[in-house]
Amino acid sequence: MEEFIQHFINGVSLGSIYALIAIGYTMVYGILQLINFAHSDVYMIGAFTGYYVGNFISRSNWFVLPGWSAFFFTLSCAMVVCGCLGFLIERFAYRPLRKAPKLNILITAIGVSLFLEYTGQIVFGADPKVFPNLLNDVELFVSNSGDVRISSFDIVILSVSVTLVILLNFLIFKTKIGKAMRATSYNETWAALMGIPVDRIISYTFVIGSALAAAGGVLVGIKYPKIEPLMGVMIGLKAFVAAVLGGIGNLTGAVIGALIMGLAEQFVVGYGSSTYRDALAFGILIVILLFRPAGLLGKFGIEKV
Amino acid sequence: MKRLLLKSTAALMILALIMWVVLKKAEDTSTVPATSNEILVGEFGSLTGSEATFGQMTNKGIALAVEEVNAAGGVNGKTIKVITLDNQGKSEESVSAVTKLITQSKVVAILGEVASSRSLAAAPIAQQYKVPMITPSSTNPKVTEVGDYIFRVCFIDPFQGTVMAKFAHENLKAKKVAILTDVKSDYSVGLAKFFKETYTKLGGTIVSEQSYSSGDIDFKGQLTNIKSTKPDAIFIPGYYTEVGLIARQAKQVGMKAPLMGGDGWDSSKLSEIGGDAINGGYFSNHYTSESKEPVVVNFVQKFKAKFGEVPDGLAAMGYDAAKVLAEALKKTPNITADGLRLAISQTKDFEGVTGKISLNAERNAVKPAVVVKVDGAVNRFVTTVNP
Repeated sequence: MEEFIQHFINGVSLGSIYALIAIGYTMVYGILQLINFAHSDVYMIGAFTGYYVGNFISRSNWFVLPGWSAFFFTLSCAMVVCGCLGFLIERFAYRPLRKAPKLNILITAIGVSLFLEYTGQIVFGADPKVFPNLLNDVELFVSNSGDVRISSFDIVILSVSVTLVILLNFLIFKTKIGKAMRATSYNETWAALMGIPVDRIISYTFVIGSALAAAGGVLVGIKYPKIEPLMGVMIGLKAFVAAVLGGIGNLTGAVIGALIMGLAEQFVVGYGSSTYRDALAFGILIVILLFRPAGLLGKFGIEKV
Repeated sequence: MKRLLLKSTAALMILALIMWVVLKKAEDTSTVPATSNEILVGEFGSLTGSEATFGQMTNKGIALAVEEVNAAGGVNGKTIKVITLDNQGKSEESVSAVTKLITQSKVVAILGEVASSRSLAAAPIAQQYKVPMITPSSTNPKVTEVGDYIFRVCFIDPFQGTVMAKFAHENLKAKKVAILTDVKSDYSVGLAKFFKETYTKLGGTIVSEQSYSSGDIDFKGQLTNIKSTKPDAIFIPGYYTEVGLIARQAKQVGMKAPLMGGDGWDSSKLSEIGGDAINGGYFSNHYTSESKEPVVVNFVQKFKAKFGEVPDGLAAMGYDAAKVLAEALKKTPNITADGLRLAISQTKDFEGVTGKISLNAERNAVKPAVVVKVDGAVNRFVTTVNP
């Protein structure tokens, strides 16, 4: 039983990281019907921004930030940098193709992704880097037998993820920008006719999604302190699958899908075979999609071609 | 007008990029032809990629050896020139690197790789073109089984697995061991198999066999499983990039059993990634920089003077591989593929930094291994195990 609880904790912790990345995929898809393949590389850039900022803070003598503020400063720097990057990607890679067929934009997205990956290998170097130690990992809870442990990292990751998701929900359902986003997602042309600056709203979407990916990057860096330019490939794929699983375009769905992915992986390892971890995790996806083709919370509709 | 400007700027940028690549290529040493008094030797390795320290340290070891050979008058009046190609730590790049070295640069011999998977990918090419290839530190037995042109100057995994199994049984007095294997790596799978064979023969029990794929970052599930079987030690025959993270997470799930591994742990990055969680881990290696043998002391001193760091086992293996090749080249004044192959295969009692190197009929080196203990950035010598 205690192992079950431990696997559950591990799964939630992993799932909450997938969630931060999955939200970015789902947001962009919801508005543009575009799978933004570059998203997982924005996540990588976020981790590397965190690496450089974190190293700068821990090494400099005059710029001293105590404890938690160093973490939050690094996190916000990474989010700002990636927000800008997201804006630039949308402005220069996707916007010129707004009227082009969907396939063209998809291919461009793959191009941007490869561009970031290989530029990253040249600029940062292809060897793995060790993420600076911004927070100390403290054990908050250890059961009597020592089999259930909750560390401060698990709590930090979960609470940062939950806070960001709540903020995002507030933004989308309670603010004017959010309303405009929902309108654009519903129908771009009509939204434009109602006086919504569609281009600007799409930019916002990219900025927000990219900032969340950056947060994911920094959190992963803190928990698994080995970062490299290709770190986004696998985790991006899993987050994308999580978004599809939850019903792509649906925010709550992305979070639920991500948690399912995280838990599925941990339980496959825990009670099945670790060799088939990814295979079984993706198998679960296939089964769910067989019964709910639009994902768990997705709306099923027939698309006319 | 604005569109045209944008388009032409984009076109110009792409053109500039192509120019840059072409110019860069012209500088590339691989296209420079050999002058009559140079012997071209090819080297391929992971100078970048996730196991970059493997390739970089091997490269430094080779560079030092070649510099020494050339300073001492070269080989039969000719100097050795090494052409190094980066394979980014990928098997498919290894194939194209070796093909390029052989067909374009026309090298007489090839040195590389560290990782068995990449040596295995490249070896058939060398065998096909009949160019002798010496791998400094690929320990999987399959590598030299590819053909009679493939050699190695290190021990093989059946021996390395035996060393660690004996060490676990005799020195650590471990009754129960768990194994965590990287299923994507030939090296890891092979080493785990040989460890298991010997260890069970010695009377130990393998209580849990878990696996991961290189590139994974989360190992908590596997470690939680391993923990529930309460092993006395955990054998992780992987590469340092993952082992560092595994050690951290093992500590996080509250595991105190010592970790063990093979020469894939040998990197300065291991303790960087693993932090203090990896301290107290044991692994088998090709040599120890703490040795008092004059040949080792001399090597460590020269290496430190040239590169400003302590050579790890892979640097030592690179150095020995290059030296063995230089010896063989000296014995073949008229270099033919077959002659060189024969000369390498006759290597006997060669005084290397990593011990006396004699190649057996299977083109493998037979020599002792050391077991070292991780203590921060240094690896402390624990024991030597003879074959």
